[in-house]
Amino acid sequence: MSKRIIPCLDVRDRKTTKGIKFKQNIDIGDPVEMARFYYEEGADEIVFYDITASSDRRDIMIDVVRRVAEEIFIPFSVGGGIRTIEDMRQVLLAGAEKVSVNTAAVHNPKIIAEGARAFGSQCIVLGMDVKKVEASRKVPSGYEIVIHGGRTYTDIDALVWAKETENLGAGEICLNAIDADGTQQGYEMALTPLISENVNIPVIASGGAGDIDHIYHVLTRGKADAALVASIVHYGTYTIKQIKDELHARGVKVRMRW
Amino acid sequence: MIAIIDYKAGNLKSVERALKKLGFPCRVTQHREEILNSERIIFPGVGAAGKAMADLGHLGLDEVLRREFKAHKPILGICLGVQIILERSEENDVQCLGIIKGDVKLFPRSLFSEENERLKIPHMGWNGVHLHKKHSVLQGITPADEFYFVHAYYPLPALDGYVVGTTSYGIEFPSIIGYENLIAVQFHPEKSGKAGLRILRNFCTWDGDYVE
Repeated sequence: MSKRIIPCLDVRDRKTTKGIKFKQNIDIGDPVEMARFYYEEGADEIVFYDITASSDRRDIMIDVVRRVAEEIFIPFSVGGGIRTIEDMRQVLLAGAEKVSVNTAAVHNPKIIAEGARAFGSQCIVLGMDVKKVEASRKVPSGYEIVIHGGRTYTDIDALVWAKETENLGAGEICLNAIDADGTQQGYEMALTPLISENVNIPVIASGGAGDIDHIYHVLTRGKADAALVASIVHYGTYTIKQIKDELHARGVKVRMRW
Repeated sequence: MIAIIDYKAGNLKSVERALKKLGFPCRVTQHREEILNSERIIFPGVGAAGKAMADLGHLGLDEVLRREFKAHKPILGICLGVQIILERSEENDVQCLGIIKGDVKLFPRSLFSEENERLKIPHMGWNGVHLHKKHSVLQGITPADEFYFVHAYYPLPALDGYVVGTTSYGIEFPSIIGYENLIAVQFHPEKSGKAGLRILRNFCTWDGDYVE
């Protein structure tokens, strides 16, 4: 089976937040156009993260999801502000393959079980924001779940949480290492295999990709099933095709025809 | 008109959207008359075999499917649709449609790749297909094409003759089954990029003839 390369788009008020410089003169910032661009470029899946703050945010995002679903024919997931089964239903009905829950699952773990029962485990992605801390009785692995963009500690051990959410019915884990996020210094190479080897569901590594070497390492030594990429592709440092060509040349199985 | 059978199993809109993109008129339906009057049938589904069979039976669509198969209408099964055409599923230990002899099996508990990596279950993600036979619906598909899979159970027909393609995931399992006017795939063509759309397009113009 192939390792997946997954671009992540942060969307606020119908616009992606990270501007991009594309040679192809694409309307940068339009999530639908960007999704189509990455689809054509060979992305295996796309993640949308809704950071719209306004009160009509749900309707705005549903409209984006609906338009994306008409344009791309690969799986995509939507996260950010999913709090209820009804939120999940709307996003899935609009055409997303998966929904991702993060803070809501910490506050109310039952939402994972209820979502899995209603829509199937394959639809439910658990987003985990993790920070490295001193190992303690409460956090024996030395990795703690944080929420509110990393500002709030929860006393929940990342490894314990990963296993618990798998048991509740999560179908996949998107593992975001807060410390590595945005650094472009590489993925968290201790945390990723720790989680991936201790659960039986796929793990998407997120945070820290700066070059193709980082992606190579997290997909091999890091035992990740997929790598989330953001700045590295949005800023045009590499194209998805360049990433896949190099991974393929180095012996990583990736989808090479699209 | 193409009937996409609606028996409450999963998101059918993605199949509908893909056909719209390709320009083929279709309707998501659970009405017997509409299905009987359709030109061809797509039979998708995610979810559990037990519930799917119960819903089909409740709607009387199990009979409709068997009848339409015998009437030589082109039928495409997707995901769960490749499983419940067999006789029995280990999932919920349920009796299925029995259009094709064989069973649906759960993947073995410990699976390892050729590189000796532990494989996770469900099988979720992109994988290739080894084509054993030629089929009009697979025209233009190459060994380099990959498709999006999500499943923990796989179809195992009693006869190799039904197997059009196989996929490797710790074991080599049948991922495309063909029998007369029925073609069924374990992956999701509607989520498998251009290779998947090609299969859908091929199906939408297929006359239903298949000679092994």
